[in-house]
Amino acid sequence: MSLVHMTLTAAPATAEAAPAIRRRPSRAWLGLVLPVGIAVIWELLVRAGWSNGRLVPPPSVIFDTLWDLAKSGELWTHTLATVSRVAAGFAVGVVAGTLFGAVAGYSNLSRRLMDPTLQALRAIPSIAWVPLFILWFGIFEQSKITLIAVGVFFPVYLGVMGAIMSVDRKIVEVGRAFRLSGPALVRRILLPAVLPTYIVSLRSGLGLGWMFVVAAELLGASEGLGFLLIDGQQLGKPAQIVAAIVAFAVIGKTTDWLIASASAPFLRWEDRFSARGEER
Amino acid sequence: MLLLDHVGKTYANGVRALEGVTLNVDRGEILAIVGGSGCGKSTLLRAVSGLDRPSQGTITLDGEKIAEPHEKIGIIFQEPRLLPWLTVAENVGFGIAHLPKAERERRVTRVLDKVGLTDKAGVWPRELSGGQAQRVAIARALVPQPQVLLLDEPFSALDAFTRTDLQDHVLALWADLKPTLIFVTHDVDEAVVMADRILVMRPRPGRLYEDIDADLPRPRDRQSAAFDFVKRRVLAALDRSLDRAVSVDDRQDKAEQGAAMWW
Ligand SMILES: Nc1ncnc2c1ncn2[C@@H]1O[C@H](COP(=O)(O)OP(=O)(O)OP(=O)(O)O)[C@@H](O)[C@H]1O
Ligand SMILES: [Mg+2]
Repeated sequence: MSLVHMTLTAAPATAEAAPAIRRRPSRAWLGLVLPVGIAVIWELLVRAGWSNGRLVPPPSVIFDTLWDLAKSGELWTHTLATVSRVAAGFAVGVVAGTLFGAVAGYSNLSRRLMDPTLQALRAIPSIAWVPLFILWFGIFEQSKITLIAVGVFFPVYLGVMGAIMSVDRKIVEVGRAFRLSGPALVRRILLPAVLPTYIVSLRSGLGLGWMFVVAAELLGASEGLGFLLIDGQQLGKPAQIVAAIVAFAVIGKTTDWLIASASAPFLRWEDRFSARGEER
Repeated sequence: MLLLDHVGKTYANGVRALEGVTLNVDRGEILAIVGGSGCGKSTLLRAVSGLDRPSQGTITLDGEKIAEPHEKIGIIFQEPRLLPWLTVAENVGFGIAHLPKAERERRVTRVLDKVGLTDKAGVWPRELSGGQAQRVAIARALVPQPQVLLLDEPFSALDAFTRTDLQDHVLALWADLKPTLIFVTHDVDEAVVMADRILVMRPRPGRLYEDIDADLPRPRDRQSAAFDFVKRRVLAALDRSLDRAVSVDDRQDKAEQGAAMWW
């Protein structure tokens, strides 16, 4: 299906592609102005001796720390540990959230049956589960992954359920008029209709996944970027803390970008307010 | 042949939207349904399409009972209802996904050509004007080659010029395969231009009121006396259906006003 999209839309798109390509880089730069500007100013302030930079290390020191961590291979061990926890928790949370959300959105009976319970569980601050999870699953990977999965589950569940419930009845009727029902109706009408909302909930789920991996690692881990944070605090190494934070920012942003750009080809049909500048 | 036998529909809230509708529609016939707002026109069409079930009576097409959407019955709604995630060509081919690809492409190309949208095959529905979108909807309903095509106020959201244009398009497409057309309209001119037969309905409860023959030669001349005569009959029947008694002398004036008033 997407192949057909590509080939069919390629022709009219090319005419407008040229100005769009020329404009885009200038916009992307805009997002870097603020962080780079602040980093440069801070570096200059420390160099000029206006601040000793001990508690808030300047960028050069942070880069040195990152470089050292990378050279010794520690950075990769910690990153790998954290990323694989998030990946496992995210996968479990997304699968469960999608299934429950789809069932609750599709069938009124199941929604009445399980939504109140799930909403009540959602009201519990997820960190509150930690002691229980540690008792149940031990202090190693399993309890951490469970915590992350719980964090990912709720936004995905809510997103999928809400999206399915709010699919336009008129569009569903088109499917029915062409004698679609059951799986065919889901695949050809409901799924594409909920896709934009689904991507948004995946992204917010992933955001919560990163939040909970830090919580899990702060509460006890021997490796992971969260461990670097705690280690830096206990040994009084603020540069290591900031280096770990920077690593979180970079990886978090990258994974979010991955979801966004992987889904973009499937969402080109959207008639969005925010797309108004991209056309013309 | 499409047969409606004492079809009635009572909605869950107790509204009797249809009562005792008995009707024969011949194959290839063009039937217009007019009537005041809320007299059950959409309800009738939805029952025939199989999207809703009648509470009483039966609907049969060539002896086959219609209780759910049927492959031989197509429907066009008041809004285009295109699927925004499919291109125009994919929207048109939506109902024939089961056919082999080559056949699908052949039919889509052909029908797009007929509705004059060949150059729009690859664009998203958001890039179409209202009239173009409705043409795509017509193409989508026609491409599975239904034996009965239902249209619920298909042009009411369009300007007069586009509307006439689309009426011609539909008539041209009809001439191709001669499906049975049943369309609801609020525009008496449209009914007389297109239909072989015009049904006037009356409300509370919704039922058939008058069955007017409009067997004029095609293509129809809106200026002709015969056209005018049928139009007057329809307007008069509409007035009566809404219990606005009209005396014989001022029927002509009333009919003119009625054109603007009755809905
Ligand atoms: N889903 C529904 N539930 C309950 N009542 C309904 C429903 N749909 C329509 N009705 C009622 O049934 C009656 C007939 O409605 P219908 O939509 O068939 O009228 P209509 O002739 O198509 O009117 P219009 O010309 O305004 O489109 C109306 O009184 C309406 O309020
Ligand atoms: Mg209606």
